[in-house]
Formats: sequence, structure tokens, C-alpha cells
Amino acid sequence: MGGMNWPAVLAIYRFEMSRFWRTAGQSILAPVISTTLYFVVFGAAIGSRVTAVDGVPYGLFIVPGLIMLSLLTQSIANASFGIYFPRFAGTIYEILSAPISPVEVVLGYVGAAASKSILIGLIILATASLFVPLRIDHPFWMIGFLLLTATTFSLFGFVIGLWADGFEKLQLVPLLVVTPLTFLGGSFYSVSMLPPFWHAVSLANPVVYLISGFRWAFFGNADVSIAVSLAMTGLFLVICLGLVTYIFRTGYRLKS
Amino acid sequence: MPIISISDLSKTYASGFSALKGVNLAIERGEIFALLGPNGAGKSTLINIVCGIVTPSTGTVTVDGHDIARDYRAARRSIGLVPQELTTDAFETVWNTVSFSRGLFGMKPDPAHIERVLKALSLWDKRTNRLMTLSGGMKRRVLIAKALSHQPRVLFLDEPTAGVDVELRQDMWRLVRDLRDEGVTVILTTHYIEEAEEMADRIGVIRGGQIILVEEKAALMHQLGRKRLILQLQTPLDAVPDSLAHFGLALTGEGRELVYTYDTKAERTGITGLLTALSEAEIRFSDLRTEQSSLEDIFVGLVRGEAA
Repeated sequence: MGGMNWPAVLAIYRFEMSRFWRTAGQSILAPVISTTLYFVVFGAAIGSRVTAVDGVPYGLFIVPGLIMLSLLTQSIANASFGIYFPRFAGTIYEILSAPISPVEVVLGYVGAAASKSILIGLIILATASLFVPLRIDHPFWMIGFLLLTATTFSLFGFVIGLWADGFEKLQLVPLLVVTPLTFLGGSFYSVSMLPPFWHAVSLANPVVYLISGFRWAFFGNADVSIAVSLAMTGLFLVICLGLVTYIFRTGYRLKS
Repeated sequence: MPIISISDLSKTYASGFSALKGVNLAIERGEIFALLGPNGAGKSTLINIVCGIVTPSTGTVTVDGHDIARDYRAARRSIGLVPQELTTDAFETVWNTVSFSRGLFGMKPDPAHIERVLKALSLWDKRTNRLMTLSGGMKRRVLIAKALSHQPRVLFLDEPTAGVDVELRQDMWRLVRDLRDEGVTVILTTHYIEEAEEMADRIGVIRGGQIILVEEKAALMHQLGRKRLILQLQTPLDAVPDSLAHFGLALTGEGRELVYTYDTKAERTGITGLLTALSEAEIRFSDLRTEQSSLEDIFVGLVRGEAA
């Protein structure tokens, strides 16, 4: 077999990143604007009337949730588009006929998608710091959750990009599943504020664990224990890896 | 050892369509091989299997001794593919997309090589252009440049001149010949006979997923070069007279036609000798005509399933 085809991984990675930089204006401006809007609406307008959550001022409290919200949607959008577009345009022939293993293809595409969403996450963090004095109790865990979530959801996006057979389907999952789960997953509130029944329902929402863990890295308190958050995030990662492996093994939607 | 060995290769798509039925084919190192056949004959399926884009149902393929499934990295590294469809990344520049291809095939960057390829394809002036600003012909050149970016030993050209202007066609032929001189094996598919005639060393004809003929072009052209002289006789003959036996004549049309087959490219066609011998034998004819079988005829006959 010989070693890994690193030049190919790098080529795909660079190609995908160049798309990001080509549209750097939109790529960077969009999250900055939406974060600002969230701060204006939730932080200033509503936040001033909301008491501190677990001792954290509301404006600061929503920072981890805001970052998570963008991280999830951006990871899925970038990765799904990244692999769907060559399938749609036909340029996928080159990937299929190149001496590349599935692992290398995934590394290139998912690596680039995760990098982009992490960059956006950091931009949002920087934007947030203009509105509220930031507080990050566990910076290493914060970075760790950022990496883990970006990777997991970029993999998930990659799966969607392989599954979709039209641009509508590409939008379907993010719009109908991911956005609601993120909003209901405690981006803007603590799920422990909910009545017991809805609290129990919320615990079935995987995004709760991501946001809770991420928030713990910022403020040291969380809705669920950090160990459970880590385990759940790890579980999604494994599920997505399994899906991608299955897809490549069967050639599904890539090869006839 | 052939550079590509295909044995017992079959492909049935999920739809149930059987695109290839037990194909056996050996491509010799350094030749230009033309795969000739009508649309839907299985040309692209065959190429796509060898290149790794389609998974075969049965059979094996080796490229330069490497099995395309077990040892796909080594097999694919030696292949360059120019697909039939003009598929390019609209927003990339010519230089970047060609460099991307080289990386994809595991090669270290080599700007000097990319420069050579772009210059050979008259793309050098366009290197900073985005692909969407290029004409169809230019995009075709870009696809060829991408396929040559990693210095392949085997180049596949799938319908290379479909919708291509004369200038590009000639450039392409020059390039293909140069590549062959460098030792690159070139396999092209086409449904234009002139293309096969102009370029190929050997020609394979594919129909209904089966290779029905593989022939040196020279041998095919030899058949092509044959003409028939048909003499309409005034009086029917029962048999060809012994004095004319060495001409290999055939008697048809109930003894009213004498048919002489000759090679137009031979030094002597033997027509004068035949006519002299005929007048000596006192065989008179009322009319004469000649017929030529073209490669087109041979091909049409083959793909219709008749003997040429």
C-alpha cells in the first residue's frame, strides 16, 4: 500500500480553504453580523431584564451557545457543500480516479470544513468580547470541545453531502433538524430552568450535551456533568465515523 | 507484458443494464489504441472501470502489473484521464486546478512541469484566468493538462474531439504523438472513424458491451485499400477459363459478372494484364465499374453484426 498520500490530503484541504478565502468577506462578515444581532436582541434588549443565570450575567451566558450554534451550522454547511458540489458538477471523477484512500478524502474535506468552522467560532468569540468581558475558566477544554464538535459535525455534514441528491436535501437536515435542536438545546437558556417534564425531554436532544459541556469550559458549571457531555460528543463522533466508513465501503452515491 | 490487461470484465449496473459482457483486451506499451464504437456500446464504462470510477461486476484489470482493486494506488498513479464531459471548477484558476490534480495524485509540486504542460496546450497565457471565463475548447485543454499534471504512463482520452474545433483537434493529435514518442500509452474512445484512422496504431471495435474486433490499423487499412473491378459480360460464362485462373476471379450474377479484387496501394494492380488476357481469351464485356469498401463500411457492417 505504501504510506498515506499526504500531498492529496493537502491538495483537497487547500482547495477547500481557498473557497473560504475567496469569499472571505461573506465567510467572516456573516457570523460577525449575526453575532452582533444576537447580542443586540438577547444581550441588550432582553438580557437587561433577565437575571443572571447560575451567577453568570445573561449577555455572557449566551456566548458559548452562540458559538455552538454557528459551529454546528457552519460545520454541516461547509462539509456538505464541499463534497456535494463536486458530485453535482461532475468534478468528483478526479477524486474517484486518484490514488487516494477514503481516509485521505475524509481528512481533506472534513479537515477543511472543521478548520473553517473553528475559525468562525473564534471570530464570534472575538466579536463577543467587544460586548461582554469574557470569562473562560478552562481554556484547554474550551478548545477541546471546539475541535471535537467541529470535527463531529463536519463529518455529519460530509454524510449529508454524500446522501443529498439535490440542493433542497442539502438544506433539509440543517434546517429541519439541526437548527431546532440547537435552539432547543439550551443555546439561550439553561435546560435546568425548564419544568421537569421538558427538562427530561431536552435530555434526549444531543445538542444539549455539546452546549452544556462547552458552557462548563467557560463558566465551570453545566446542566449535565462534563463526563456525560464528553461521552455523548464522543458517541456522535463514532456514529458519524461509522456512517462514513459504511458509505465508502459500499460506494453509496459515489460509485456505481 | 501489456501495459493494461483486461480479463473477463463485466459490468451490470443497478438498473439491470449490462454495459460490458466479458471483455478481454490487452493494450501494448507505448501504442495508441482507439476504441471505436457507437454511443452506448460500453466505451466509457470500460474506461471508467480501469480508472477506478466504476466498480466492475466481475473480472480483473491490471495496469503496469498492478491490480486496479488490490493495488489501486500504484495502478491509478500511472493513469491520466480526460473525461468526456467538460467538468471544471468554475472559480479556480487554470494554474491552481492543474496543480491541484498533481497533488491529488500524490506528486510533489513541480512548477516547471506544469509550465511545460500549459505551454504545450497553449494555456500558458490563460494560467491566471478562472475556468468559468474560458471557452469550451479551452476547458477541454485544461482537462488534458490536469490529466498530464502527474506525468502518467497511460493516458485515457474519452471522446476527445467531441465538439472541438479544427485547431484544437490538430493540437491534440500533435500532443498525442509527442506523448507516444515519450513512451506514453494512449487509449482513446471515439465514434469517428477518421479519428481512429488518423491516430491509432491499433483499433478495437466495441458493440453491445463486447469487443468484436481488435486489429492493427495497417491491416484494417489494407482491407480498406482493396477495390473490386466488376466486368459486365456480353455472354454469360459457366466457369472462369483456365487461362485466367491466376487472377483469382470470381464469377457472379449467374455468370454475367466477373469480379477482380485488387489492392490500390500495390505497385501493380494487374488490371492491364487482366484486360489483355481477357481479349486474348476473347471474352467481351459490355460495361465495367469499380467498388471500394471503406472503413466506414467495415465498421457499419461490424456494429450491425454482419460480416464486413
